[in-house]
Amino acid sequence: MKRLFLIFTAIIAIAVPRTSAAGHGEGDDAGRIDPKEIIFEHLGDGYGWEVPFDHHHRIPLPVIVWGKDGLHVFSSARVTDGQTYRDGDASFRIAGKDSEYRGKIVEIAPDGSESRPFDLSVTKNVCALFITVIAVTAVLMTLVRYYRRNGYRAPRRGLGFVELLIDFIYGSVIKGTLGKNARRFAPYLLTVFFFIFGMNLFGLMVVFPGGANLTGNIAVTLVLALLTFLVTNIFGNRHYWKEIFWPDVPLWLKFPLPIMPVIEVFGMFTKPAALTVRLFANMMGGHMIVLVLTLLIFIFAAVSAVAGGVATAVSMLFSVFMLLIDVLVSFIQAYVFTMLSTIFISLANEEPHHEAAHKVETSK
Amino acid sequence: MELFTPDFGLIFWMFVAFGVLFLILWKFAWPVILKSVDSRADLIDKGVEYAQNAKEQLDHAQQSADELIKSAQRRQADMLREADRLKSQIVDEARTAAQAEAQKVMDAAQASIVQQQKEAEEALRGSVGAIALDIAQKVVQQRLADDEAQQQLVDKLLTEIESKN
Repeated sequence: MKRLFLIFTAIIAIAVPRTSAAGHGEGDDAGRIDPKEIIFEHLGDGYGWEVPFDHHHRIPLPVIVWGKDGLHVFSSARVTDGQTYRDGDASFRIAGKDSEYRGKIVEIAPDGSESRPFDLSVTKNVCALFITVIAVTAVLMTLVRYYRRNGYRAPRRGLGFVELLIDFIYGSVIKGTLGKNARRFAPYLLTVFFFIFGMNLFGLMVVFPGGANLTGNIAVTLVLALLTFLVTNIFGNRHYWKEIFWPDVPLWLKFPLPIMPVIEVFGMFTKPAALTVRLFANMMGGHMIVLVLTLLIFIFAAVSAVAGGVATAVSMLFSVFMLLIDVLVSFIQAYVFTMLSTIFISLANEEPHHEAAHKVETSK
Repeated sequence: MELFTPDFGLIFWMFVAFGVLFLILWKFAWPVILKSVDSRADLIDKGVEYAQNAKEQLDHAQQSADELIKSAQRRQADMLREADRLKSQIVDEARTAAQAEAQKVMDAAQASIVQQQKEAEEALRGSVGAIALDIAQKVVQQRLADDEAQQQLVDKLLTEIESKN
């Protein structure tokens, strides 16, 4: 803890003179900051990865695009700072601020018009995805190796915490909701939990290899929700489909006008939509609050030195507090996503026992 | 807004990344981890059950030991009571036997006393007869002539005898 504090203080000590120097160096035109642009730049994706304390250099990442004349792979260092990269006949650059494809790679036709190629670039977010996959695999494989070596002895410390998470999710959420189906869906649900939790935590780290706003990106949460949607509907039993297309309601509600079936089918799609938006909005909100709090320092510093100093102290305190809250939120959101997925899957696998009971009751 | 439009490249890579992660974990990690977690839970359940049984048996053992001690104490008390009873019985018997013996001795003594009395009476009767005869003889010899004197003498003698008796 002491050492952490020391490192933290050292980082601030290094950072403060540098940023102030940068502020002076960039002159009057760069002295004004545009909070909106900075926030959206940090929340969004990018073709390179920022390095701390340096606004000009980025870790280059591979750009993979399928242009009009085929596949092009090149380093993102070739297109930074508005450079245009020529590969054979095709030329690419990152679209400028006034373009409709702002911040994305575009192919420039000979007449100067921009078009969006088929873009499979390993962007910052994609790279962060890979890092998360590697990290989660490493952590869980360490646990596996521990079990192989030590049998049933409970792991301690870090691995004990991982096991605690597994036990919590598997024992109370998955087993408790799915019952005898727990073992069947546990691999998917646990993978989802650890993947989301890993992405959330990496997102909270400010510098490489963290800092990518992954779970606060709608594409990521959309895929996760889509996977749950697929698992739910592929493994749903006959009772689940009957409840959708021929639910247990008065006849006039389903024939000749299929009112209830329409609502049920609509419900099939609202579930993954809710999953997508919930995770996305929660994580993006957390990131945005921390960014805004940090930017307050610069906004107030532009007003006066005293205001800047006060704002620094206050927003640092709030930032640390918010980041700690975000650690909790990281866990809670991963937990909630897993829990909701479990519930959706369990609803699709429910045995029609209550219906039988209902029939017995009415026949009396 | 850029934030709300999912990027196709990221969707693609997300599928790939999740697929790879899922396959790796599904093949290598979850079976081992879930088996360990499950079997450890079973092990713990069994351990708890075993401990409960052991505790039950221990309680049972304690109970049976208590019972054993109690019955031993009961038997001891029984035996003591029996010994007490036997003692008093023996004493009673001895006493009755002694009483009976004493009675016998006393009876015998009484019988011999009665016998002796009888014998004494008979001896007395004999001697009284002899004395009476002696007196009669003396009377007859001295005052045979005087009837009245004779009569008085006889009366006097008889009175004497009567008073003697």
